[in-house]
Amino acid sequence: MRNILTLATKELRSFFVSPIAYILIAVFALVFGIFFAVSVENFIRFFLARGQMGGNMPMDHHEMLLRPLLGTISTISLFLIPMITMRLFAEEKRSGTIELLLTSPIHDYEIVLGKWLAAMVLYGSLLVISLFDFAILLFMSTPEWKPILAGYLGLLLQGGAMISLGAFLSSTTRNQIVAVAVTFFASLSLWVAEAVSVFNTAAWARGVGYLSILAHFEPFARGLIQSKDVIFFVTFTFFWLFLTVRSLESLRWRA
Amino acid sequence: MIDVQNLSKRYGGFTAVDDISFRVEPGRIVGFLGPNGAGKTTTMRVLTCFLPPSRGTVKIAGFDVLETPMEVKRRVGYLPETPPLYPDMAVEGYLRFVGEIKEVPKAELEDRVERAMKRCAVLDVRGKLIAKLSKGYRQRVGLAQALLHDPEVLILDEPTSGLDPKQILETRDLIRELAGEHTIILSTHILPEVEQTCEEVVIINKGKVVATDSVENLRNRLRGGEAALVEIGFGGQTPTADTVRAVLAGAHGASNVVLREQRGGRLLFEVESAPNANLRPALAATIVGNGWELYEMKSLAYSLEEVFLQVTRGDSAETDEALLEAPAEDLDAGAEGDNTEPEVQA
Repeated sequence: MRNILTLATKELRSFFVSPIAYILIAVFALVFGIFFAVSVENFIRFFLARGQMGGNMPMDHHEMLLRPLLGTISTISLFLIPMITMRLFAEEKRSGTIELLLTSPIHDYEIVLGKWLAAMVLYGSLLVISLFDFAILLFMSTPEWKPILAGYLGLLLQGGAMISLGAFLSSTTRNQIVAVAVTFFASLSLWVAEAVSVFNTAAWARGVGYLSILAHFEPFARGLIQSKDVIFFVTFTFFWLFLTVRSLESLRWRA
Repeated sequence: MIDVQNLSKRYGGFTAVDDISFRVEPGRIVGFLGPNGAGKTTTMRVLTCFLPPSRGTVKIAGFDVLETPMEVKRRVGYLPETPPLYPDMAVEGYLRFVGEIKEVPKAELEDRVERAMKRCAVLDVRGKLIAKLSKGYRQRVGLAQALLHDPEVLILDEPTSGLDPKQILETRDLIRELAGEHTIILSTHILPEVEQTCEEVVIINKGKVVATDSVENLRNRLRGGEAALVEIGFGGQTPTADTVRAVLAGAHGASNVVLREQRGGRLLFEVESAPNANLRPALAATIVGNGWELYEMKSLAYSLEEVFLQVTRGDSAETDEALLEAPAEDLDAGAEGDNTEPEVQA
């Protein structure tokens, strides 16, 4: 455990001494900020327009504003996570520092978990930025906090899954560009996987649809914590973390 | 301390290390010598548990690298060919990180880092980013990293590469100093380095051990006899060089006489002896007996460089001519090492 924390701290340090963490945070803050402002503005316009038309149906804050916004975070993170994970192992392999880690009295899984944890913390700090945006809503209304909490749980689970996939892909190459490109492509595939199963109900299509990250995130955005989604993300995470450990091991055999 | 038995390492179809065996006693410094691509780095990587052996057993301090890698890793400090440094870390922070993953107790960490920095003379750059360090400093930070946790065994892959002559001497001194408390294996292709730092040599070529012995013995064994350089003057008339050569060849134990130089009225000869002959007294007696003047006589020992070439070439000349390129390259490197020496002394 001590080793995992040591490695995570070292990894996190290098995120924050290089510009990468700041670029990611800035890009995320900007992109989500714009989405947030536009959504809130649209929501208010819609609200006023309806008032003028004399409608008096109850408005659902969460369904109309928060849920799409949580979905937006989920989509943005699909594109930002490859940039978090690309250097995790590729850089160590390129510079030869992997030799230090693999000849130190630490287990391979500790290396993998340390790096995964560091990436999670960076990802978490992106999410914290989005919390500032949501906090603004507190001045205007009293949003339901429980579904938001469920949404953030979903975001963390989804991020953990994507980071473990990215970590694995990073461990297969010594080139960060390759790592980021392949992870990005994998993210895209998992993103569009859902589309396949929308109209096609064949078993394979449903199988592909099951892999859709967004489909499993959607219930969380609605404030729904379902064990099947939690299990999906947790399994997904462990599967790729396990493969990352094996990939590190294979480094010894292939070198 | 280090026990390698029938170690082989294959990458796919390529055999990098082929059935090598050697032992290193505690506290010794062993030089690993061989042309580039001979399997030095591969062997070291197996010793440090970075690579598993394809066949054979490797034990360090009694622990097998395959069965108890953690125990082995705890006892080994390793400096790879390129020092494993994080450019975005400061020297001190980097060493502290290494100390933590090498299981240095928290209470001792500061002290160990301090000591390692002092030993490797990097105290003056302790706060600097590694990215900003010169090659020499990086190499020394790498060395500090290897000995930080006070390992029983130090494995150094070309520890002096990239250093300037002064740093090379300092590093060699440091390594010699470390022997005794640590068992050290270092690889190099700079031959004088082995002669100066190591007690034993393992010469490997094409993945095989071609010679293992102490530096002294190896030189003598391959040498067979000895050679002497004599400078002879002639009071009155100078005889022809051929006459003198014939007389010298008649001295007891002389086997081969070559005229090296003609210097004014004096002649310089290199005389080789038959194995186990006591050449020099006989040579002196012959010269003086003929009424000539002996100006200088000095013993010529084979340098390890010649031994190395003899071993690596003789072994493979008939079978693989392409290999000759490799030792030739190393000769250059050795010569380079030679050149740096006088500069330092001057």
